[in-house]
Amino acid sequence: MSNNLQTFTKGLIKENPILVLLLGCCPTLATTTSAINGMSMGLATTFVLVLSNIFISLLKGFIPDKVRIPCFIVVIASFVTLVQLLMQAYVPDIYETLGLFIPLIVVNCIVLGRAEAFASKNPVFPSMLDGLGMGLGFTLALTLLGCLREFLGSGSIFGLTILPETANILVFILPPGAFICLGFVIAIVNQFKKESH
Amino acid sequence: MAKKKESTLINMLLALFVITAVSGGVLGLVYGMTKDTIAEVDMKKNEAAIKAVLPLEGELTFKADTLTFTEDGVTTSFPCNLAFDANGNFLGAAVKTSEGGFGGKIDMMVGFLADGTIKGTSVLSHAETPGLGANMTGKFKDQFVDKNPASYKLTVSKDGGDVDAITAATITSRAFSKAVDKAYKAFEANKGQFMNHAPAETVVPETEEATEITEGGQSNE
Repeated sequence: MSNNLQTFTKGLIKENPILVLLLGCCPTLATTTSAINGMSMGLATTFVLVLSNIFISLLKGFIPDKVRIPCFIVVIASFVTLVQLLMQAYVPDIYETLGLFIPLIVVNCIVLGRAEAFASKNPVFPSMLDGLGMGLGFTLALTLLGCLREFLGSGSIFGLTILPETANILVFILPPGAFICLGFVIAIVNQFKKESH
Repeated sequence: MAKKKESTLINMLLALFVITAVSGGVLGLVYGMTKDTIAEVDMKKNEAAIKAVLPLEGELTFKADTLTFTEDGVTTSFPCNLAFDANGNFLGAAVKTSEGGFGGKIDMMVGFLADGTIKGTSVLSHAETPGLGANMTGKFKDQFVDKNPASYKLTVSKDGGDVDAITAATITSRAFSKAVDKAYKAFEANKGQFMNHAPAETVVPETEEATEITEGGQSNE
């Protein structure tokens, strides 16, 4: 059980996909213009990650090694399309802001990375926990970056205005700001990791 | 743990075939299930957009139509919804228009009253920079409300017009103004035919005669 717990929690901080493994930087940089966008993207990815990990773990005995990558991609792409259709039909408001980024989940290397590194070698339950942990770690990092960039760039957090418009630093909303923020957050995380060792 | 299947041709074919077939089947099923809901959501969105740009009182009937407008030899068509009151009088139209912005096409809907006054603008879809151009959906778009382009120049103040541009997003502001301007020109060029649409049927033959005379006159020359 403690082993399972570790499988779950390692994605949150110790092996956080963004801040430590540096996987999936494309959606990270693109969607963290505001806290809510970052969080929604994180949650949508978590959903796909958990489902794809479960199914790939179930199918691992059936998929021959040489064609495993195309098989994984088909499974992942199917789930992404599924999420997209369901969101479009039942939560059109969220789809409105996020629609553009949903197809990006297919090429998110965290999803394929976890399928390859974990789900294809482990039983179903730990694979699910791994997907959940990694997904939540991803969500955590995206929300944090989103908050930072929204606060610095638009003076608000989750749409709640804190600073007046004159104090906004526009560059943080733009792509360069994403790189700057990500760099600083990673530096801080590294410092903490060093100290705790 | 189950032993991995060997990578023989038949195993690979089988695995790929089954996985793609099942995925395709499931997706087709979900698509069929959500198709109607998605179409309904789109229709509601469209209706809401029309209501938002043409906030008119009373009982209205809407009729879908297309406006065409030719400028510099290029003909553009604008899908629109015409609004009529209970007696069939023409009240205005919600015109769909678009223009290339900073991040891609900006799709918009503009509501005009019969005299050409802008009643509202609404952005249907865009890919402008969040925090900059995307701010057009706020204060910027409201400045067009109740303005008549006959006396209100639809270019940004930097270009000598009356529109206050968004800070650091001049391209978006220009595109937005241009899209409204195009819709206005198309509306003005076409609105005559809607004015005497339903009730005044007697007017229609007269205009037809008038055109015939002019045409005849031209062919005699």
